[in-house]
Amino acid sequence: MSADVAARPARAGASGKARGPEAGGRGGARVVVRYVLLVLLGLLFVSPLIFMIVTSFKTRGEAGGIPPSWIPDPFTTQAYESILSAPGTPVLRWFANSLVAALANAAIVVTTAALAAYALARMEFRGRGLVFGMIIATLFVPPVILIIPNYLIVGELGWLNTLAAVIVPTAASAFGVFFLRQFFVSIPDELEEAARLDGATPVQIFLRVVMPLSRPALATLALLAILTNWNDFLWPVYVLFSPELQTLPAGLSTLQSANAVRYDLLMAGAVIASVPVLLLFVFLQRFIIEGVSRSGLKG
Amino acid sequence: MTTTRVAAPGDTADALQHGRRAPRRGVAKHGKATPWFFLAPYLLLFGTFVIAPVVLGAWISLHRWDYTLPGKPFVGLENYAALFDPGSIPFEDFWNSMRATAIFTVGSVPLLLVLPLVVALVMNTKFPGRNLFRAVYFAPYVLGVAVVAVLWRYLLDNNIGLVNYYLGRLGLPDDTAWTTSTPAAWIALVGVTVWWTLGYNAVIYLAALQDIPRELYEAARVDGANAWQQFRHVTVPGLRPVLVFITMITIIASANMFGQSYLITQGGPGRETRTAIYQIAEVGLRQYQMGSAAAMSYVLTAALMVLSVIVFWLFRERKSS
Repeated sequence: MSADVAARPARAGASGKARGPEAGGRGGARVVVRYVLLVLLGLLFVSPLIFMIVTSFKTRGEAGGIPPSWIPDPFTTQAYESILSAPGTPVLRWFANSLVAALANAAIVVTTAALAAYALARMEFRGRGLVFGMIIATLFVPPVILIIPNYLIVGELGWLNTLAAVIVPTAASAFGVFFLRQFFVSIPDELEEAARLDGATPVQIFLRVVMPLSRPALATLALLAILTNWNDFLWPVYVLFSPELQTLPAGLSTLQSANAVRYDLLMAGAVIASVPVLLLFVFLQRFIIEGVSRSGLKG
Repeated sequence: MTTTRVAAPGDTADALQHGRRAPRRGVAKHGKATPWFFLAPYLLLFGTFVIAPVVLGAWISLHRWDYTLPGKPFVGLENYAALFDPGSIPFEDFWNSMRATAIFTVGSVPLLLVLPLVVALVMNTKFPGRNLFRAVYFAPYVLGVAVVAVLWRYLLDNNIGLVNYYLGRLGLPDDTAWTTSTPAAWIALVGVTVWWTLGYNAVIYLAALQDIPRELYEAARVDGANAWQQFRHVTVPGLRPVLVFITMITIIASANMFGQSYLITQGGPGRETRTAIYQIAEVGLRQYQMGSAAAMSYVLTAALMVLSVIVFWLFRERKSS
């Protein structure tokens, strides 16, 4: 139910005043202890990221210096200039490859999963249980089993060393079907029934009733697909060979093997690979966290 | 707007009146082929890149399959037999990599089950700033393993890394070779993975905790249950289905660990931290011994299946007396 989706963040957002055992008296000290622990742990989580960003603005010498500095002196964009201009590391090209791959992959995931989930959620037909069961079963198939045969299949299709190899095979998202089906099932029958009485075809009902109602779920799935594809590592490392065809994570690994001690360069590369996903996270946190928390809930 | 039209009150009443079980006045629900039309694009992808590979992988594992050579002779179970024959060429490297995977899984799974639960329990109480902390702990997860690994290789550098520097400041040994000696490399790989993925499990736990009805806690309190008893008798049973889910996905994720060891330790020292999936990818996709690599992936999968059965058995619903 759409209300269900809104309910959790709303509840989570209603931080309000501390209630219960935390309030007053003995609780006062506990509140302080809790915040000290939370802040310390929080620092442990963000300080590596801050150090990564800080280092990317250091000179080569300062990046390899001891003691580590938290404010670049001098502040320089040298590292970015070098990796962006080095002939062996076409970082902008990698960025474009990653962007194209992630967006195309998300588009295919959302379209195919939405169509399939609609049939599985709202239509009755022979074989529905079997199809859905098979899709769910593969949620627990370890991806390792697919690597070797998919390499051959992608090879047969002539997709090795092309972006299609990192866009298409991973678009068969069992999670996407499961996720959207849960959402579609909760849409009230009356809406569909009414459209049907107006003479709408299944395709029209899907496009004009179900899709508009499902925007939050579709956006969440698209975001998760973008994140997953943008960050994918093992597969691109093995199916993309040409330097200019790499995605950012695969490119970053070649950057590391070529510049093992140039930490200023490596951190600049890491920042370039992180900025888009960190920005998505900052602005669309609610959808991402919502998607993850819903993925853990049973059918 | 179409949706408004569709949801018009008259329509709804009409639809309600002729609800699911009422005879429809000549309005066909959908044709027989319609569901398959909707399913076709997904099933095409699913069949080609999920179902076919599972079958093809088994087929490959029964052949001496070198991608670069024309002949791919059928060898039956030879590839599997070799994996269990101490005298064979792949034996030692394969089982070393299986051991590496096992060490990593045993080291990381308990931490990734317990620590996120502690974080989620704290986050489940109300306090100002809770959403900010939740975001902070989750943030590393949105980064890919490549960024995480490159970053931590720097932080764990023997000589100029932050980790050794701050350990030294605390009066602890400051010259640990985090990436080139064991057991330090294992501690590093597990630690980095916990840092990276703790937030993910915590978010799933938190959602589950919020779904436990508050009345259960109130009832327990009325019965005089203390905090620990509430946790034991309300929280744990309420979490059971999610606990099984988290245990399974964490085991599968740990058993598929690749990027951390590929980029942080390069499988070293020697081949100590080269995990099974790393070995499978190298044998299959670098040395093109695909038959052997496919057999390895099935052995690893079989091991995971046995583990799954054990997990389900451990978490089975016990009869309450």
